[in-house]
Amino acid sequence: MSTRLSTGGRLIDRAKPVSFQFNGRKMQGFQGDNLAAALLANGQVVMGRSFKYHRPRGVVASGAEEPNALVGLGEGGRFEPNQRATTTELFDGLTAISQNHWPSLDFDVGAVNSSLSRFLPAGFYYKTFIHPRAAWKHLFEPFIRKSAGLGKPSNPGDPDTYEHAYVHVDLLIVGGGIAGLQAALTAAKTDAKVLLLEQEAHWGGRAPVDGAEIDGVAAEEWIKNALQTLEAAPNVTLRKRCMGSGVYDHGYALAYERCTDHMPGAAGPRHRLWRIRAGQIITATGALERPLSFSGNDRPGVMLASALRDYIVNYGVSPGDRVVVVTNNDDAYRTALAVKDSGLTVACIIDARASADGPLPQACRDAGIRVETGKAIAGVGMKGKALKFVDICAQAGEGSVLETVGCDAVAMSGGWSPVVHLWSHCGGKLLWSEDNFHFYPDVTRFPTDHKGAQYVRTAGIASGAMLTHEVLGNASESAVAALEQLGHSAEAWRPSATGSEEGAMAPVWVMPQGASKAKKSKMWLDFQNDVKVSDVELAAQEGYQSVEHTKRYTTLGMATDQGKLSNINGLAVLSGALNQPIPQTGTTTFRPPYTPISMGVIAGPGTGKTFQPLRKTPMHGWHEANGADWEPVGQWRRPYCYTKSGESREAAVSREIRNTRDSLGLLDASTLGKILVTGPDAGKFLDMLYTNMMSTLKPGKCRYGLMCNENGFLMDDGVVARLDENSFLVHTTSGGADHMHAHMEDWLQCEWWDWKVYTANLTEQYAQIAVVGPNARKLLEKLGGMDVSKEAMAFMEHADGELAELPVRVYRISFSGELSYEIAVPANRGLELWEKIVEAGAEWNITPYGTEALHVMRAEKGFIMIGDETDGTVIPQDLNLSWAISKKKEDFLGKRAQARSHMASAERWKLVGLETIDGSVLPDGAYALAEGTNENGQRNTQGRVTSTYHSPTLGRGIAMGLVLHGPDRMGEVLKFNKVDGSAVEAKIVDPVFYDKDGEKQNV
Amino acid sequence: MRRYSAFAIAREALRYHTGWGRAWGAPAPKKHYDVVIVGAGGHGLATAYYLGKNHGITDVAIIEKGWLGGGNTGRNTTIIRSNYLQDPSAAIYEKARSLYETMSQDLNYNVMFSPRGVMMLAQTEHEKRGYLRTAHANALQGVKTEFITPDRVREIAPIINIDGPRYPVLGALWQARAGTARHDAVAWGYARACSDMGMDIIQTCEVTGVTREGGKVTGVETSKGHIGCNKLGIVVAGHSGQLAEMAGFRLPIEAVALQAYVSEPIKPALDCVIMANTVHGYLSQSDKGEMVIGGGADNHNNFTQRGSFSHIEETTRALIETFPMLSRLKMLRQWGGIVDMTGDRSPILSKTPVDGIFINCGWGTGGFKAIPGSGWGFAELMAKGHSPLTEAFGLERFREGRFIDESVAAGVAH
Repeated sequence: MSTRLSTGGRLIDRAKPVSFQFNGRKMQGFQGDNLAAALLANGQVVMGRSFKYHRPRGVVASGAEEPNALVGLGEGGRFEPNQRATTTELFDGLTAISQNHWPSLDFDVGAVNSSLSRFLPAGFYYKTFIHPRAAWKHLFEPFIRKSAGLGKPSNPGDPDTYEHAYVHVDLLIVGGGIAGLQAALTAAKTDAKVLLLEQEAHWGGRAPVDGAEIDGVAAEEWIKNALQTLEAAPNVTLRKRCMGSGVYDHGYALAYERCTDHMPGAAGPRHRLWRIRAGQIITATGALERPLSFSGNDRPGVMLASALRDYIVNYGVSPGDRVVVVTNNDDAYRTALAVKDSGLTVACIIDARASADGPLPQACRDAGIRVETGKAIAGVGMKGKALKFVDICAQAGEGSVLETVGCDAVAMSGGWSPVVHLWSHCGGKLLWSEDNFHFYPDVTRFPTDHKGAQYVRTAGIASGAMLTHEVLGNASESAVAALEQLGHSAEAWRPSATGSEEGAMAPVWVMPQGASKAKKSKMWLDFQNDVKVSDVELAAQEGYQSVEHTKRYTTLGMATDQGKLSNINGLAVLSGALNQPIPQTGTTTFRPPYTPISMGVIAGPGTGKTFQPLRKTPMHGWHEANGADWEPVGQWRRPYCYTKSGESREAAVSREIRNTRDSLGLLDASTLGKILVTGPDAGKFLDMLYTNMMSTLKPGKCRYGLMCNENGFLMDDGVVARLDENSFLVHTTSGGADHMHAHMEDWLQCEWWDWKVYTANLTEQYAQIAVVGPNARKLLEKLGGMDVSKEAMAFMEHADGELAELPVRVYRISFSGELSYEIAVPANRGLELWEKIVEAGAEWNITPYGTEALHVMRAEKGFIMIGDETDGTVIPQDLNLSWAISKKKEDFLGKRAQARSHMASAERWKLVGLETIDGSVLPDGAYALAEGTNENGQRNTQGRVTSTYHSPTLGRGIAMGLVLHGPDRMGEVLKFNKVDGSAVEAKIVDPVFYDKDGEKQNV
Repeated sequence: MRRYSAFAIAREALRYHTGWGRAWGAPAPKKHYDVVIVGAGGHGLATAYYLGKNHGITDVAIIEKGWLGGGNTGRNTTIIRSNYLQDPSAAIYEKARSLYETMSQDLNYNVMFSPRGVMMLAQTEHEKRGYLRTAHANALQGVKTEFITPDRVREIAPIINIDGPRYPVLGALWQARAGTARHDAVAWGYARACSDMGMDIIQTCEVTGVTREGGKVTGVETSKGHIGCNKLGIVVAGHSGQLAEMAGFRLPIEAVALQAYVSEPIKPALDCVIMANTVHGYLSQSDKGEMVIGGGADNHNNFTQRGSFSHIEETTRALIETFPMLSRLKMLRQWGGIVDMTGDRSPILSKTPVDGIFINCGWGTGGFKAIPGSGWGFAELMAKGHSPLTEAFGLERFREGRFIDESVAAGVAH
């Protein structure tokens, strides 16, 4: 039984007890505990259930690699599934629940899967659930989905905040163990800017637990001194609880800082994502211990030897009173010594090697611990959910039991694998060590920057240097190499270290060597996903031989630990089954993040209202106060209409249109794109950009123009005003302004870089107000200040001047068919002008109108709308806009494309007006039916609706559409489909429905 | 071929599954085949399968540089839908979707096609009009879709925040018989069936050259020697340009990295696929419980299969906006795949300037859902020289300006 020891625990503060809850049960721990340690201290060995077979599981590791002890943490909006108990610092009031069971952790119906496991081998679901067809969706899949998954879903309403922070450093060091510290000490002596990260809440990594001496002092002391030096160094920043999560191209790295997870509700963000640009990166990420594959290795009470040692030394927790250590290397003997030192019993050390004669085994024997070499565990005995004994057999044999040894915990060690994730994220390659039986970085095949130079290095155990003095030397040398590349000279040194000598290890991938199929089907490789040795062998047998096939077929390494514990063991088993060397099998790809990071921190502060900038015109507040019914247009909000109390949207739109057509309306047109194009080559540039000629436009004049992309398709339209000899103001659609500006810059910067043109997006510099209707001129005259008479300002002219004592530029242009002026003022005076206009217009019942009235009025006049009549497949010719395509110009964007056979074809659909026979409104997006079906059985069509509205002016439905040979078929009646399968008849008419001769506009 | 069934599993269980044979063979290449397909991804394998099944052509080798299904077939977000706007797209994707319906039975391999429905959210008036148009087009194309109200959206997917502060949901285009399938299983199932028909799947065999004589293809040079053929199908998403260059012609495509990621697994929370194109993000929940999330493609061309982090951030922000519960989940793994992009974002299934060489590429961000339809049509094209399914997707369309542009209805064409 696990319990708290009366002494020990270097990380806990016994003076500060902490209360917490697990599955509703009140428990006590100490400050400094992690949740897994605290649970063990309370006798809670079983912490979760496995994914597939729902087997009861205890904690197996002590850090980020933990696959079993995952819990749901917190409540309500703070509830979070799948939190590793091993990386959750204990705090007062913590509430945790175990996962993946029903009805309870102790009794889980899903555990029936475990009894049936023989029938549920790797990939069984590919071979069954095939018949009957409907059963997959309605029966099998729902069952599998319910059984799978781990934690409960999180809830909406996350109350915490998240932050992004940016930093540039010369040298980023990931990992605050002795290697990272030594690398930082080396760099601290230069003036390079250094950032050192540690994922845990404490520095120094494993060295203090392993008991090494460095420079003649205990590791703990050396670490303390190192930290003092680094904290005093002005060029070094230390950041703990901060995990290096990914290395990306060009020295870019991400780090995940868990700021307040250990004190929820504290001020500040919960997590912070550091976005780091580093000149050089050193990953001092240590190594992870591997489990051993023996029958029953997943039972609660079996854990990694290093983890068991951690719980004793770091937290003063005993995972069991009688411990069996099983190993293929010397390091696990440290665990035996730690167990012994803490006053507990080591029942036996089972060493698979033929002999173990190094200093560590010798020390154990001297301490009176029984050491059995050449032996293995044949099986694990349980009583209920408690571990009771192990059966010992010869490693060389098939598993005949030689002896049964009573114990309540097993510490296993299959050797150590360097953490090479960050090295590999951007292409660092690996080598296989025949001494340590692990993959380690190949220093000759490193991640390269844009110049082909190395920008990631490893330090310490992450390099494959296993002994303490090698670790420190390697770290220092890596730092020097990185610093030299940065242009700093530094000197490496190798502190002396003792207590780390180890004998050679032996590769033991299956225990015992000749284990039967039955035994192999009880040897777990991936604990969480329930992948066993037998599964990997089955994959190999069935031809899923590539390591990626094996992974995907068995789900090996796809659990939340991403194979940290299972991958190397799995690869070795696969290699054995294929009878090929391990390096030939290779590894799967290491992908970011190193351990999972919260989606909240990825999004950072940019969610909710700050998801995208909300752009407001200067008159936004006025609209809001006057009943605006908002519509998002790009990042802008525009009033769709202004509803009065009790008024429907439709009624509001009708009223706005009628008042405008009859008297006077006004529109906030500030969102309209306004791009200044200036310079000696501005005219030449616009001639290329537009299909029509702009260079001949006279100052003071406006011209409507079309812009196409290289494929000839219409992109945007608008009015160009020539301000002076060198300057044009280009108006674009509201939604297209940023895109069109980028489009211009694309051409200017990439293709016509020698043209003398400058562009500036002035959209937000001006407020623009359209004053529209028969009384528009009277209103401007009432405001006073400039001559806006028919003679002084003809249609399609503009002038600078003053209105109502405000500096303005007035354009006489119209998108409604009415007499209309658009008035631009500096943005900060927009509201002032708007209010003056509203006040002055009262006598004409001036009516603000929104986007829908704008759309209806333009449709009544047959004006096209980008995004309605165009969709990226429409060319100007389709819209009867050939008049706006210059025949004189040698070239413009889209010219060549429009000459292609399909573009020039007479069979294209062309713009027409459409009127339903019954006066109803045609459905949005309806197609005109044609006879028969095509080769693929689809109904033939001959046109489609592009815009459709109820016209209050005409009192009926009007529409525009594209129809095959449309302009030649005036008066013909077509059938348009409805989604319910019926059809509605509409007549082809002229697209100009209202004031065909332009009498209202040209007054 | 040993039939797969619950009964077969039960029998094997008694002998610890020692009796299962290989799902597909590992033969050495012959000197010559009637047809060689380069690329053992979903599209290549499906092509081979339908060459055999529909046209009786079984003297076929499928050559793969790495491991079969290891490209985009094994990297996508497994979405299957056919609610496309343009007729040629709707035809080939609907053919594919209908073949997915019976694929498990056809291949005797459970590909876990799950018609749980795909919902494309309309979050602006413009988008809403676009989907209304698609619904009208689909009605004439034989694709069953409907435009549904926000209330219905909430009913199908309760985790959606309908009244998001920036882009409230105005409705959605809903295709009830769309869904997902297990991507690897599609490749494996086809591979097993092809192998069973006597075709040779040759993995870890890189094509280094294309041999021709008098304007006609004669075979390919590979890392395992020369392999002769009468007809050659190039189906190598991500590296189509290189293969075309070996064969002596050029393609109007570029390669970009498309990214996806998954969350840690959770119990069922979402029972359909949701795409939010205004904000660029889409997600579904896998049978394992992971939220499978995708977004946009990188703006720069590259072959790294990694992708940049900025897209992950944008996608996550977009999705938390619409699915606030995601904030408290964790990203488990991100990855990337290299996709071929054409100018109109529609694929190329075509004859080529070289007699006997056919190309299938340019699926951009939407290839997985098309696999069986693409294989069906491309096999027909290779066997007969014409297929109604591939007719509109010929290379000549770029010269003629006959584009098939789907971005019309959706900013992202996944």
